[in-house]
Amino acid sequence: MSGVSVTKAAENAAPAGDDLVVLSDVNKHFGALHVLQDIDLTIARGEVVVVIGPSGSGKSTLCRTINRLETIDSGAISIDGKPLPQEGKELARLRADVGMVFQSFNLFAHKTVLENVMLGQTKVRKTDKKAAEEKARTLLDRVGVGVQADKYPAQLSGGQQQRVAIARALAMDPKVMLFDEPTSALDPEMINEVLEVMQQLARDGMTMIVVTHEMGFARSAANRVVFMADGKIVEEATPEQFFSNPRSDRAKDFLSKILHH
Amino acid sequence: MNVLLDNFPEFRDGFIGTVSITAVSSVIALVLGVIIAGFRVSPVPPLRFFGTAWVTLMRNTPLTLLFLIFFFVVPEILFPGMSPFVLGSLALGFYTSSFVCEAVRSGINTVPLGQAEAARSIGMTFSQTLSIVVLPQATRTVIPPLSSIFIALTKNSAIAGAFSVAELFGWQKLMSDKGYDIVPVFIWVALGYLVVTFTISGLFRLLERRMEVAR
Ligand SMILES: Nc1ncnc2c1ncn2[C@@H]1O[C@H](COP(=O)(O)OP(=O)(O)OP(=O)(O)O)[C@@H](O)[C@H]1O
Ligand SMILES: [Mg+2]
Repeated sequence: MSGVSVTKAAENAAPAGDDLVVLSDVNKHFGALHVLQDIDLTIARGEVVVVIGPSGSGKSTLCRTINRLETIDSGAISIDGKPLPQEGKELARLRADVGMVFQSFNLFAHKTVLENVMLGQTKVRKTDKKAAEEKARTLLDRVGVGVQADKYPAQLSGGQQQRVAIARALAMDPKVMLFDEPTSALDPEMINEVLEVMQQLARDGMTMIVVTHEMGFARSAANRVVFMADGKIVEEATPEQFFSNPRSDRAKDFLSKILHH
Repeated sequence: MNVLLDNFPEFRDGFIGTVSITAVSSVIALVLGVIIAGFRVSPVPPLRFFGTAWVTLMRNTPLTLLFLIFFFVVPEILFPGMSPFVLGSLALGFYTSSFVCEAVRSGINTVPLGQAEAARSIGMTFSQTLSIVVLPQATRTVIPPLSSIFIALTKNSAIAGAFSVAELFGWQKLMSDKGYDIVPVFIWVALGYLVVTFTISGLFRLLERRMEVAR
């Protein structure tokens, strides 16, 4: 469905008319701090959106409101046409459809890699053990950590752990995947192995919201870049436009800082 | 004449009584303590309130007063005809559950928040998150304080003796009423308690070592 690399962004191939995640007029405070201000954001099925912006601008919070790890003060969020329900069984069911990948992996420390990928299937989807294991092994092979299946997370490198975390999320057959700075806790040599998995996922047509500063990934995999600052969406553009010709001063300033690293 | 050999059946009954009330109230305290700890970290405000109220009430009431309430008030208004053993086990179990709850809760707090967030993100309910992901990882930190709590429970079970539950401390009263020298009586009672408490700390040490091997 999605094209490959730069061409994808250039033709801006996001399938039209099929909105999967819709945030409208979302506001959120942490005490006096207004972290999300009138956020309107729509993500179409199959679209890959990269969220970028300075530290503290509210990117993680935005990501976390989408599966309601953070509640919002006003506005509305809906996924696949259904508004986010209140805490409870129904919300749990909806969360199973939204994959989340954290900066710090958060693999279940007391479970093996294989169990990590099986747990959601058996406990949430009620898949039987054998089918769950088969699927878990297939996914672990797909992200390139099949041989580590029986190890505990602490015995793996950061890059391997993050790929397991992606497999764990994929095991639920999510409609959309959220990534909150998935590579920023990794040593440089491990970043690419994780980005490659994400790139493949994008090519396979997964709907993705990715908070990242990896411009290479944004250029090659994203349909759209959303630039946030101080709790607002300041600019939305194709990666090409955004990186070569940002409109807002905030974006220009931010880009000049991360480019001169 | 030996106070122990001459009165061994009574001593044995007292010892068994102490072991039974300790075992039964430990189970009550453990089950209830874990459930109340779950309440205290739950997202449902009424449950949280109930948990906090329970702990505040049980932990801050003198145990003797709690026994008095259970033996004289509870049968009057709630369940007439309950045996002293059951009433005593409930009083002791409820009281100790507040300490178990707090130990479990502090154990829960040592598990990184990300673990629970990851569990919720794959669609686990609150109780699944707690029982499958958080509690198993909290166990290691909870075991040492639990050991002390159950040893304290064993010693507190002596109060039940004053309420006509057959247990070790009651044997002491019986013997001094019979006119035996108090010193050997106390020594035997103390030894009886030591056997129980040593067994408990031994079991917990075993458990602790087992967990270290497992990870
Ligand atoms: N649980 C919380 N309680 C209070 N303030 C918070 C909380 N979480 C985040 N904040 C604050 O909200 C603001 C936005 O945080 P957020 O983590 O969303 O930013 P971010 O864009 O992801 O930044 P970074 O690039 O550093 O990850 C920050 O100022 C942060 O200090
Ligand atoms: Mg962040």
